[in-house]
Amino acid sequence: MKFAIALFSAPHAPSSRRALRFAQAALAGGHEIVRLFFYQEGVHSASSNVVTPQDELDISGEWRDFVREQRLDGVVCIAAALRRGVLNAEESQRYDRPAANLDDPWALSGLGQLHEAAQVADRLVCFGGP
Amino acid sequence: MRKSLLIISRQAPWSGPGAREALDIALAGGAFDLPIGMLFLDDGVFQLTAAQQPKTLQQKDLSANLQALPMFGVESLYASARSLQERGLAENPLTLAAEPLDDAALAALIDRYDQVITL
Repeated sequence: MKFAIALFSAPHAPSSRRALRFAQAALAGGHEIVRLFFYQEGVHSASSNVVTPQDELDISGEWRDFVREQRLDGVVCIAAALRRGVLNAEESQRYDRPAANLDDPWALSGLGQLHEAAQVADRLVCFGGP
Repeated sequence: MRKSLLIISRQAPWSGPGAREALDIALAGGAFDLPIGMLFLDDGVFQLTAAQQPKTLQQKDLSANLQALPMFGVESLYASARSLQERGLAENPLTLAAEPLDDAALAALIDRYDQVITL
């Protein structure tokens, strides 16, 4: 089955961990993930500046490794990310900000990517939110 | 065939960017000519009340953006009758032509859509 996965919560929220474990289980079960789309507070789950205490799970780091190793299409909503200070090098230059905190394997793009993924996938599975 | 998507908007318009971001999904879908529906549920029904004064909270007015829904082809608009009732809004005029639905009708509505996003 083809899954599109949307995440709406920050890395320290339980739903970010649940989304990651769901995505890992989906691939382990032989399914396909057509795209991950991070929106609202979910943009923080892609931040490369999250520092987690050593004895706690580093969920944003796990997300990064997972997306990189599995060569997944990891998209972070650009409007939601800019609003929350999650910028890649290009955007930090564009807006003259001192740092970038979004890097490979994540791509910044628009909501069209969410709709396209939802159209292509058999199931859209959402995690987090109010 | 294109899959239909129901967006369930549960946030009050002045409680942060949630309501605006839910609306943005609907507008983007409308721009792509996708079959989109929008349901206002829980505090989301506050988005439909008239004569809001967001300026007093130094907020941008969401109402104008909501009015864009029909222009973007998003005309399947619904509100939870129970949510309106619980917030004393059942008798108030709504700023959008959102159809009030009881709980049974809500369940049927959600069932009709291929996909659902709740924000």
